[in-house]
Amino acid sequence: MIQFLQGLGKSTRTSFTKLGRATFFLLRTLSGLFSVLPRPRLLLNQLYFVGVLSFLIITISGLFVGMVLGLQGYYILSDFGAEASLGLMVASSLVRELGPVVSALLFAGRAGSALTAEIGLMKATEQLSGIEMMAVDPIKRIISPRFLAGLLSMPLLAALFSAVGIIGGQLVGSGLLGVDEGAYWSQMQAKLDFQDDIINGIIKSIVFGFVATWIALFEGYDAMPTSEGVSRATTRTVVNSAFSILGLDFILTALMFGDD
Amino acid sequence: MDNSVYPQNSLVSVRNLTFSRGDKKIFDDISLDFERGKITAIMGPSGTGKTTLLKLIGGQLFPEQGAITVDGENVHQLPRSQLYNLRKRIGMLFQSGALLTDMSVYDNVAFPLREHTHLSESMIHTLVLMRLQSVGLRGARHLMPSQLSGGMARRVALARAIVLDPMMILYDEPFTGQDPISMGVLVHLIKALNNTLKLTSIIVSHDVHETSAIADYIYVISDGKVVGQGSPKEIQNSASPWIQQFMTGAADGPVHFHYPAKAYIDDLLPSGKRY
Repeated sequence: MIQFLQGLGKSTRTSFTKLGRATFFLLRTLSGLFSVLPRPRLLLNQLYFVGVLSFLIITISGLFVGMVLGLQGYYILSDFGAEASLGLMVASSLVRELGPVVSALLFAGRAGSALTAEIGLMKATEQLSGIEMMAVDPIKRIISPRFLAGLLSMPLLAALFSAVGIIGGQLVGSGLLGVDEGAYWSQMQAKLDFQDDIINGIIKSIVFGFVATWIALFEGYDAMPTSEGVSRATTRTVVNSAFSILGLDFILTALMFGDD
Repeated sequence: MDNSVYPQNSLVSVRNLTFSRGDKKIFDDISLDFERGKITAIMGPSGTGKTTLLKLIGGQLFPEQGAITVDGENVHQLPRSQLYNLRKRIGMLFQSGALLTDMSVYDNVAFPLREHTHLSESMIHTLVLMRLQSVGLRGARHLMPSQLSGGMARRVALARAIVLDPMMILYDEPFTGQDPISMGVLVHLIKALNNTLKLTSIIVSHDVHETSAIADYIYVISDGKVVGQGSPKEIQNSASPWIQQFMTGAADGPVHFHYPAKAYIDDLLPSGKRY
């Protein structure tokens, strides 16, 4: 029993120490953002790696999710004779929830794991130490541009996911199942609220981008500098990001839509 | 232990340094001096914290006790900006080369210039090519680090380390894992650069012959203590059986071949069944 409590105490202390390190890391990263702005090339490179290279997976996934929503939505709505509302259903599911959440999960799997592996390997191959010994702050030079790139890419990717998903829903709904195309778009336009739906969705995706990129960069930076350490850190990035995104989604949804 | 080997002319002084990792004491109250303009080697078996010493000198690790001064400045009491200013005057050659893998050879060597100076690209071009020429790799400037052999990567890293005209270079195991030709090239380069650029060099290594060939002074470290020091000749003629074993590479001696274990016979036969 004592051993169990000792173990519990030790792991709690380890977790809090890590949280402290992560917070300190975040503060340094945020303060490093000022030095990124005068050097747009650093940011552009990372926007390409983090954002543009995630384009394909987000587009294809968005299309399929939208198509599935179109199918499922149609079967449910047609029971009530409300298939004309399919556009509204697909769009609000995507813009409010699935767009930000699924694209953030994909982002964590695609870009987050790549960031962790890259930073972890830079640490393992002494590149970070080397940069530090050349009197360059690795946080400012390596971490902050990647963080800003993640922060900027995520809302755009989520918007792309939702937009492609809506088109996917329309392809299935109108193209295959015969829902009126005008109704699909007009119901969406009439009922979707810019503030409640779109802005809230964007806020969610910014929060998820912030958290997923922070976790990915921190896990890489904090990884044990061995191949096993980097592999574990990459796994932790995907798992912790998924938990954080889903947990935060619940909290944000409760805050944003709780009053309705 | 004599703490004032090079009292007047030392660029780096380590005084009463103690450093531990977990329960293991890496350095136990050691003092070392590194003379300006000379090549000083730190030798010792693997795991004696030679790389750790370089990281302590570069201010990447903090000692538990003791002080390290570089060019009169206490490394661990400097604010970050001044520490970075000091680091601009120190080049470090990592064991792996530590080249940035997403940049070409040329961009790697240009990296410190682009970060720390406002020189025009044509000036950077000239400086980079001069440095690459001095390590014999001007023709390899378009290659990526993944296309270089281990020896070439270290030479590129050496060109990068000297591109800001440092006062000192720290070499972390520069000869490990090199073929004889690369090794010879590196030995020659380290000596030549030290003389032509009026550098101070600190080499940590366990390659006895190569290091002895170019070092002006050698410290031998084991179990956190300095167990021997002197010119290469003095070290080679040392009366200490431990240093003799280290220098000649004998399999058994003060450092035993066998890891401590219980009696062989007890391990082979189950207890109480002796015939």
